[in-house]
Amino acid sequence: MKNALGAVDTVLLLGGRSEIGLEIVRLLVGLGASRVVLAVRGGFDPPELGGAEVHVVPFDALDVQGHGAVFAKAAELVGDLDVVISAFGVLGSQAGYDADPAAAAEAVAVNYGAHVSVGLHAARVLREQGHGTLVVLSSVAGARVRKANFVYGSAKAGLDGFAQGLGDALHGSGAKVLIVRPGFVIGRMTKGLTPAPMSSTPRQVAVATVGALREGRSSVWVPRALGPAFGLLRLLPRPLWRRLPR
Amino acid sequence: MTTFLTGWGRTAPTPAELARPRSVAELCELVAAAPGRGVVARGLGRSYGDAAQNAGGLVLDCTGLDTWTFDESSGLVTASGGVSLHDLMTALVPRGWFVPVSPGTRHVTVGGAIAADVHGKNHHRDSSFGAHVRSITLVTADGTVRTLRPGDPLFPATVGGMGLTGVIAEATFGCVPVETSLMRVDVQRTADLDETLATMAATDDRYRYTVAWIDLLARGRRMGRSVLTRGDHVTRAEEKESPAFAPGALLRAPAWAPGGLLNGVSVRAFNELWYRKAPRRKTVVQGIAPFFHPLDFVDGWNRMYGSRGFVQYQFVVPFGAEDTLRGIVGSLSAHGTVSFLTVLKRFGPGSGGLLSFPMPGWTLALDIPVGQRGLGGLLRGFDRRVAAAGGRVYLAKDARLRADMMAAMYPELERWRRIRDEADPAGLFRSDLARRLRL
Repeated sequence: MKNALGAVDTVLLLGGRSEIGLEIVRLLVGLGASRVVLAVRGGFDPPELGGAEVHVVPFDALDVQGHGAVFAKAAELVGDLDVVISAFGVLGSQAGYDADPAAAAEAVAVNYGAHVSVGLHAARVLREQGHGTLVVLSSVAGARVRKANFVYGSAKAGLDGFAQGLGDALHGSGAKVLIVRPGFVIGRMTKGLTPAPMSSTPRQVAVATVGALREGRSSVWVPRALGPAFGLLRLLPRPLWRRLPR
Repeated sequence: MTTFLTGWGRTAPTPAELARPRSVAELCELVAAAPGRGVVARGLGRSYGDAAQNAGGLVLDCTGLDTWTFDESSGLVTASGGVSLHDLMTALVPRGWFVPVSPGTRHVTVGGAIAADVHGKNHHRDSSFGAHVRSITLVTADGTVRTLRPGDPLFPATVGGMGLTGVIAEATFGCVPVETSLMRVDVQRTADLDETLATMAATDDRYRYTVAWIDLLARGRRMGRSVLTRGDHVTRAEEKESPAFAPGALLRAPAWAPGGLLNGVSVRAFNELWYRKAPRRKTVVQGIAPFFHPLDFVDGWNRMYGSRGFVQYQFVVPFGAEDTLRGIVGSLSAHGTVSFLTVLKRFGPGSGGLLSFPMPGWTLALDIPVGQRGLGGLLRGFDRRVAAAGGRVYLAKDARLRADMMAAMYPELERWRRIRDEADPAGLFRSDLARRLRL
């Protein structure tokens, strides 16, 4: 249960290798969380997480039939889920997707379709509990889709819309959705790419996410200035938008 | 009806189905048909934290169970679980009787008083509420009614059991005779914590009721300066008064108050004023309500903390662990923790409840607005110091303790669990507090 000061006890991280996801978990453990379930694909040696009890559950984003079992297993291990973080995803390159449409469709299935399945399972569990927050890692890439990464961006746009709708559907149930919209994140996923303006580190994304969780917010931009920035960028005429360098 | 509920501290609301039984039969039916997320009883909602909340489950508002009888020859009251101490006092004081224990508010139910095993200013003499209970009628997990007496294993599991052994449908307890409705109160100011502790230790036994208000924001040499109030019921020989009792709320807190109203500046000013207006030493005569329940004069005073609410932190450390108490008061003072009402009290023997809070020692209670920087870490550090000293935190006030502290603070926890598991094998009686602390 989330306590009076906003600290939680149990966390389920889907995409247990995610840098951002693990940073969020570390911060939550520092603030009092004591039991963590990492849902990951394949063999995995779990990291030490501040002395918390850590469980590993097999999870394959594309095996949507198996998602229900992941939630059942997590609940069996730690009881009520206070925070569910949906942090799995693949970036890929637009050039690669252009050359291999099947790979593009599969990436969209991971970045969007699998999140829909996970989100709906999480919603059912949290609604029954009457409490808990689903953290969805969206991206500015979905705030307005760019030609430089429109496959990834369109999946994030879909995910963002899904998460907004889910949050509204859960309103009044005690369960909540927190949408996190980072800009360019300097980390393993973006290795070799040149950072964009207003980029951040996984740690910065995690700090903003945990702050938003404690305050009970429904969305957070990282850094915050990206919110108003994209408010304006969304209004930019398309001829200008498509000429932007990246 | 699904309703969002909080405790008195107005933190961490969760939704539950709320039902209000009007009879014990109806209560049994509701318990027997409780959903998978379980059920817990709720009274007047004066527990500060999440003790009477049950996210996604059923909560039984027991205030509809409000009948009681009084036997003047034995001084015994038999009351339904939802009867408030306010109602009992209003009827009994004019007849020359008083409740055996009154917490800082009289707006608590008999069921809640037993489930939290509440204490008052007379704990050093009279122990807690549970010590005065002769029998409890409990609706258990199978929907049947059991009558418990002090020898029954379920009795000490229910006294202080936070409602997790069943629903208290009725209880019989002893009252105390009073000759007037007045209190003779000795007020004394102390200069620092050492003088406060020494004065209380030396003089407590002379009075039935004692408590100290501490100015937690005073630092340095004045750290722990206090105003002691110690009282006794006035006898008819001292004052010709026929007992009467009809207090109401004088003020009503606004429905909405901005957060941050009670901040470092306003609380410091209040503390300074409160300390200075207190005489160095004086004896006054007061009514029961201003002596026992000063906060009840402001209806809904908890709203003054704004929408973020507040937490109350109350702990006890055994006699001999005064250094822990001094250390925590020092940390609070150094941290500049804003606590509007900080109260120190000496406890006497406990009541035997397995999860009861009071034990012989010093108890300190603070009210802290939520949102102060570093508060979570500060209080977790206190938890460890309190547990290491053999003390504990009060569950009826708690909204933030971690489950891993419970076993050290409550050494009878495993015994309590065994008795509870036998009476409620499926864990039907559940609350947010029970989930948070993995009881």
